[in-house]
Amino acid sequence: MGRYVLRRLASAVVTLWVLATIVFLMVNVIPGNVGRSVLGPFALKEDVARYNHQIGTDRPLISQYFTSIRRVFTLDFGDSYKSQSAVTKIIFPALFRSGKLALLAFIITIPISIAAGIFAARRQDKVTDRVVVNAGLATSSIPDFVTAAVLMSFFCVHWKLGHVFADPPSGTSVVGQLPYLLTPALALVVAYFGYIARMSRAGVINGLQADYARTATMKGLSKGAVMRKHILRNALAPTITVISVQIGYLFGGIVGVEKVFNYHGLGSTMLSAVTSHDIPVLQGAVLLVGIIYMVSTLLADVFIAFLNPRVRLETSR
Amino acid sequence: MSATFAAPTATAALALEDLEVVYTVRGIDRVVLRGVSFSIAPGEAYGLVGESGCGKSTTAYAALRYLPRNGKIVSGHVLVAGDDVTGMTTAQLLRFRATEASMVYQDPAQAMNPSIKIGRQLIESYTLLGQSKSDAKKSALEALGRVRIADPARVMDRYPFQLSGGMQQRVVIAMALACDPKLLVLDEPTTGLDATVEAEVLDLVRVLRKESNAAVLLIAHNLGIIRSLCDRVGVMYAGRIVEEGPSHEVFDNPQHPYTVGLLRSLPRHGVRKTERALATIPGILPLIGSDLPTCVFVDRCPLADDVCRTVVPPVVPVGTEGLRYTRCHHPDRIPELVEAQPDVPIAILAPSEANPEVLELTHLSKTFRQRSVDVPALVDVDLQLAEGETLGIVGESGSGKSTLAKTILGIESADDGGAVSLDGNTVAPNTSSRSTDDKRAMQMVFQNPDSALNRSWSVRRILMRSVEKLTGVKGDAANARVEALAAHLRLTPRHLDLKPRQLSGGLKQRVAIARAFAGDPRIVVCDEPTSALDVSVQAAILNLLADLQADEKTSYVFITHDMGVVRYLADRIAVMYLGRIQEVGPTDDVFNGPNHPYTEALLSAIPSVDGEPTSRIRLEGEIPSPANPPSGCVFHPRCPRVIHGVCEVTEPPLLEVAPGHAMRCHIPIEELRRLQSKT
Amino acid sequence: MSDSEEFVPQPAEIVSTPGADVYMPNTTISGTAVPPNTPAEIELSGAVQVSERQQARRENWRLIRRRPAFIVGVFIVLVWTVCAVLGDRITPHSPLDFRVAGNGQHLSPRASYPFGTDEQGRDVLSRVMAGARDVLKVAPLAALLGVFFGVILGMVMGYFGRWIDNVLGRIVEAFLALPVILLALLAVSTLGHSPTVVIGVVAALFTPVVARTVRSAVLAERDLDYVTSAKLRGESSAFVMFREILPNVSGPIIVELTVRIGYAVFTVATLSFLGAGPQPPSPDWGAQVSEGFRNISADIWWTTFFPAAAIASLVIAANLIADSVQSVLEAS
Repeated sequence: MGRYVLRRLASAVVTLWVLATIVFLMVNVIPGNVGRSVLGPFALKEDVARYNHQIGTDRPLISQYFTSIRRVFTLDFGDSYKSQSAVTKIIFPALFRSGKLALLAFIITIPISIAAGIFAARRQDKVTDRVVVNAGLATSSIPDFVTAAVLMSFFCVHWKLGHVFADPPSGTSVVGQLPYLLTPALALVVAYFGYIARMSRAGVINGLQADYARTATMKGLSKGAVMRKHILRNALAPTITVISVQIGYLFGGIVGVEKVFNYHGLGSTMLSAVTSHDIPVLQGAVLLVGIIYMVSTLLADVFIAFLNPRVRLETSR
Repeated sequence: MSATFAAPTATAALALEDLEVVYTVRGIDRVVLRGVSFSIAPGEAYGLVGESGCGKSTTAYAALRYLPRNGKIVSGHVLVAGDDVTGMTTAQLLRFRATEASMVYQDPAQAMNPSIKIGRQLIESYTLLGQSKSDAKKSALEALGRVRIADPARVMDRYPFQLSGGMQQRVVIAMALACDPKLLVLDEPTTGLDATVEAEVLDLVRVLRKESNAAVLLIAHNLGIIRSLCDRVGVMYAGRIVEEGPSHEVFDNPQHPYTVGLLRSLPRHGVRKTERALATIPGILPLIGSDLPTCVFVDRCPLADDVCRTVVPPVVPVGTEGLRYTRCHHPDRIPELVEAQPDVPIAILAPSEANPEVLELTHLSKTFRQRSVDVPALVDVDLQLAEGETLGIVGESGSGKSTLAKTILGIESADDGGAVSLDGNTVAPNTSSRSTDDKRAMQMVFQNPDSALNRSWSVRRILMRSVEKLTGVKGDAANARVEALAAHLRLTPRHLDLKPRQLSGGLKQRVAIARAFAGDPRIVVCDEPTSALDVSVQAAILNLLADLQADEKTSYVFITHDMGVVRYLADRIAVMYLGRIQEVGPTDDVFNGPNHPYTEALLSAIPSVDGEPTSRIRLEGEIPSPANPPSGCVFHPRCPRVIHGVCEVTEPPLLEVAPGHAMRCHIPIEELRRLQSKT
Repeated sequence: MSDSEEFVPQPAEIVSTPGADVYMPNTTISGTAVPPNTPAEIELSGAVQVSERQQARRENWRLIRRRPAFIVGVFIVLVWTVCAVLGDRITPHSPLDFRVAGNGQHLSPRASYPFGTDEQGRDVLSRVMAGARDVLKVAPLAALLGVFFGVILGMVMGYFGRWIDNVLGRIVEAFLALPVILLALLAVSTLGHSPTVVIGVVAALFTPVVARTVRSAVLAERDLDYVTSAKLRGESSAFVMFREILPNVSGPIIVELTVRIGYAVFTVATLSFLGAGPQPPSPDWGAQVSEGFRNISADIWWTTFFPAAAIASLVIAANLIADSVQSVLEAS
C-alpha cells in the first residue's frame, strides 16, 4: 500500500508541475502590456515601465517561469493587478464560499444518487430502471446555468422560497445560510445526480453478474443480504472515483450557477478575473482549481486502493 | 417427450423429470434443455458430459433453480430428496440452498469475494445454518482441516488472491460441504487447474464422497475425470441426454452414434499419428438454443434415415439390468458405424534421423524483471528440432512453455548468451530485427482463435495481408495464393468473405492455421491450439496439422497440457518444470518409461477415459513461484523420490540416459526403471 | 521487461471521462478462456445463430433503430438541423426585426407568438429557431476535431505504453484538471469572439478527455493475439494501431463522439451565456438566456425558458443517441 501511495503522490506532484507550466504558458500568450492595461492609456511611459518592473513582467520569460513554479508550491500567487491585494486573500475566501455550496450539494446528491443507482440496478431493464437511467441522462445533460435559471424562476421568483442573490449576508448562522444556499445547491444536485446514479448502477450491475454474487446466492443468502454483504463493497469503487472527479470539476465548472445566483464563489471570481485581465488572480484561481481536482482524485485513488486487499497488502502471489 | 430414463424413486437424492428450460434472447425463446430426465441415488456420483452448448451447465444450475435473468423453467420438475424445487417459494428456496444442496464452481478465484477474508466467507456458510459466531468459527477451522489444508488458522486470515488455485478450490469445497448437503453439484471443478493440482482435488472429492452421503452431480467435458469419479454418466447433446449408463460401460462400449463419434475422436489407448487419423463427426455443433428436428443428432449421424427425421427417437434400454439406455432409432446398427468409418492412415512417415536439423536452441534463457525482482522464466534450454518433426512441450503453470514459444519467435528477446538458430544460422533475438525470410519461416498458432483473428477483418483480408507481408506477392497473384491456401485447409470460397465472428471455433482455428502457413513456414509454434476447442473439433484440427506436416514437411513446436494429444501428435516430447527441461525424448520412450519423477507424476495425475489404472504418484505442496525457485534441483521439495543431501544441493544436468532420451535427475536410469516398475 | 498480471485499481487518472457518463470503467479481471457455459456467459455470448448473410453491423443498425431513446434523440437533432439549415426562411417572423410587434415587448406566449416576445418585441420562437444555426455551426465541428486528435493521442498512449504513456499521461492529467469554461473564456477574450477560436479551444480541451477513453479501449486490445500475430508479420506500429486496432475500438469512439457533441453544445452555450459567444442581436441561444435572464425577477420567464429548453433538448438528444449506441454495442 505504501508503495502505491508513494507512486501516486509522485505522479501527482509531476502533474502539478505540468499543470503550472501549462497555466503559465497560457497566461503568457495574452498579448499586451500589463502595465499599460492596468494603469490605463493615459499613463506616462515611465510609470508604465516602472510598474512593469515592479511586478516583474519585464524579466525574461524563463526567470518568470521559475518564479511562477516556485510560487505554486508555496501557494503564493502574488498580487492582484486590479486591487493590489494578495491573490490568496481573494481566492481563498471565494474557495470557501464555493466549498459551502459544493458541500451542501454533495450531502444531498451522494446518498440519493447512490440509492437510486442501487435501486435501478436491482430492477434492471424494468420500467423503473429505464426511468431512472433516462431521467439521469436528461438531467445531467442540461447545462447547469439552464437548470439554475429555471430553478431560480420557479423557486425564487414564483414561489419566493429562495433568494435571487444567493450570497448570505456575513454573520448569518450556519442554519440561517441554508435558505440562501439551497436553491443553487439544488441546481448542482440536478446536474450531478444523473451521472453518479448511473455509475453506481453500473457498478452494482457488474457486481450482480459477478461469480462471487452467484456463490453468495447459492449459499442461500437473500437478495438483500447478497447486496449488502458482498456486492456493495466491490461495486462502489467506480462511483467513488466519479464523485472525486466531480468534486474536482465542481469548483471550476459551476461558473454558470454562480453567475445566475450572483454568488461570489471561485467561479465568478475567475470570471471577473478573465474579463478584467487580472492575470495573477486568474492564474491563482485556475491553479487552485487544478490542485483541488488532483487532491480529490488522489484521495479517491488511495481510498480505492485501500479497499482492494490486493493493493493494500502489496503481496503478489 | 415424457419417456424418462429411470423412474425416480422416492428416495432419489436428485430427480429431474422432463425438465425444459428456455432462454429468451432478443424476444425469442430458445430451448436449451429439451426434456431432461435422470435421477441420482444418495451417495451416488453421476456425471454429465458433453461439448459446448449441450446444456450440461444449465442442467446443473437448474437443479438449484439458479438461472440467468432471461432463463426460465418451462415445464418439468426438479426433486431433491422428494422436495419439489421448481415449486418452492423464495423463502423455501433460500433454506433449500443453505441446507440441502451446494455447488462447487469452475473458477474458484472468481467464485469467492475478493475483498472478504476466507474466514469470514467460510463462517458465513455456518451462520446460515443457525450456528453462533464462535461455533461457526470452530466449524470453519474443522472444515479446512477436512479438506486437507495445513494451518487452517492462517488460511482463515487470508484473502482469496493469496491462495493458490488448488487451495482456493479446497476452500470452495469446504464451503459447499458445510451444510452436509444431500446434493453436491460440481461444475467443471478442475478446469483451469494444473494437472497435478487437479489430481489432488479429485482425490479429495473422492475421499469426501466416502465420508458423506451426498449425491454428486459432476459436470465435465473431460471424459477421463468422469470415468474416474462417477458411477454413472449421462451423455448430453443439444439439450438432451442421448445415452446413460454406468461410466465404464458407456465409455468402453457406447451405444449412441454421438457417443461413438465422440469417443473415436479422442486419441485413446495411446494411439499415435503414424497409426491412423482421428475419426471426426461431420458437421458442426449446434449453437445453444437452436431449433432442431426430432432427433437432435440427426444432421450429423451416419445412420440417419427418414424415420429419424420424422419421429422422436425412443428411449431404448441396453442390456438387461435396467441401468443403461440410449435414445436412438437404430441402436442395433451401432456396430456399422465403426465399419462405415474405418481407420484412415495418415500418409506420414515417422521422421528419421536423416532429417536435417531445422531449429536449434542453445542456452536459451529469459529473465523478466518484475518490481525489482528477477524472475527466471526460462533457464538454459537446449533443444533441437528436425525437419518435419513435432516436438511436444508439456508442463504446468510456471513451466516456461509460453515463454519458450515467445522467445523462439522473438516476441520476447532471449537473455544474452542464448541463441535461436534456423538452419544453422542465428536469428535476431527480437522479431522486429529479423529478416522477412526469417519471419516467414517461423510462425505461430495461438490458443484462442477469438483473440488471434482480428474481428474487424474478413478472412480473405486476414490471409491476404499475411501473404503479402510474408511473401511480397501482391495483387492477383496474392489472391490466387489465398484461394489455394484456403482450399488446402478445406475452407470454401464462401468462408473467405466472412468475418471471424460468423465462424465456428474450429473454422476460426483453421483460418489461424492458414494464416500461419501463408508464407510456407519451416517451423510453426502451436501454443495449445486445441485447448479452447471441443473434443470433436479438436480431432479435425489435429488431423489437419498432421496432414499439413506430411505435405509441407513443416516442423512443429507443439505446446499442450493434454497428454493424450501430445502422445498422438508429437514425435518427441520435452517436459518442463520451472523454466528448465526435466526430460526430453522420443514419445514412446517418454510414455513407456522410465521417467523423470516429475513426468511420472504428470502421467499418473491425469485420469484417462480408457480407465487404465495409473500408478498414483501424489505430489505434495504447490508449484513454487518462478521468482523463488528452490535450490539445487528445482523439483526437490515435491519429489517423491528425493535423495536428501544431494537433490537440494546440486542441480542435476540434463544428461542423455538412453539414445535420444535425456533426463535431469540425480537418480540413475536403471534405478528409476526399478522403482517405477514396482508401482 | 514484462508486466505481471496484477489487478490494479482503476485510478481516476485513467478512468473513463466524467461526462462520458454513458459507460463505466472496465473493472473486470481477465479470466481463463473457456467455452461459455454458465448462465451469465450464455446470455452474453448471444445464443442466437446469426446467419451468414447478415453482417453484424447491419443487425446492430436494425436494433438501434428500434430503440425509443434513439428515435427521440435523432428526431430532436433533425428538427434543429432543419432550423439551422433553413434559418429565417422558415421562421414565422424575422428573428432580428424588432419593429414587428410595435409595442409588443414582453408579450407572454399566445397563439400569434407561441413563445412570447422578448424585451425588444422580437418573436422568441423565431429567434430560438434561428439560434440553432449558431450552435450547430460550432459544436459538432469542435467535437469532431477533439475526437480526431483525441483518438490519435489515446492510441499512441495506449499502444506504446511505458514512458510515452507516463509522460503524455501526466500532460493529459494536467489538462483534465483545468476548468474548461474558464480557459475557453480566457482564449476568447484575448483571441476574439470568432467561431474559429471557440472551435479551436473547445477541440483542444476535449482532446485529452477523448484520449483517456480511447486509451482504455486500446489497452484492452493491445494484448490480444492478433496484435502479436501482426508483429510476427513485421507490421509497423502505425499499421497495427490504425489498421488493426482502430476498427475494433470504433464502437467506444462513436459513443464518445456523440457524447462530446452534447458536451460541445453544453460548453458553447455556457460560453455565450457568459458573454463569450456571438454578440447581440444574434439569436444565439446562450446569449438569449443571458439577456432574458435579467428579467426573471419580473416573472417574465419565457425569454429565458425557451432558449434554455432548446439548449437542454439538444444536449439531451445527443446523450440519448450516445446511450442507445452504447447499449447496442454492449449487447452485441
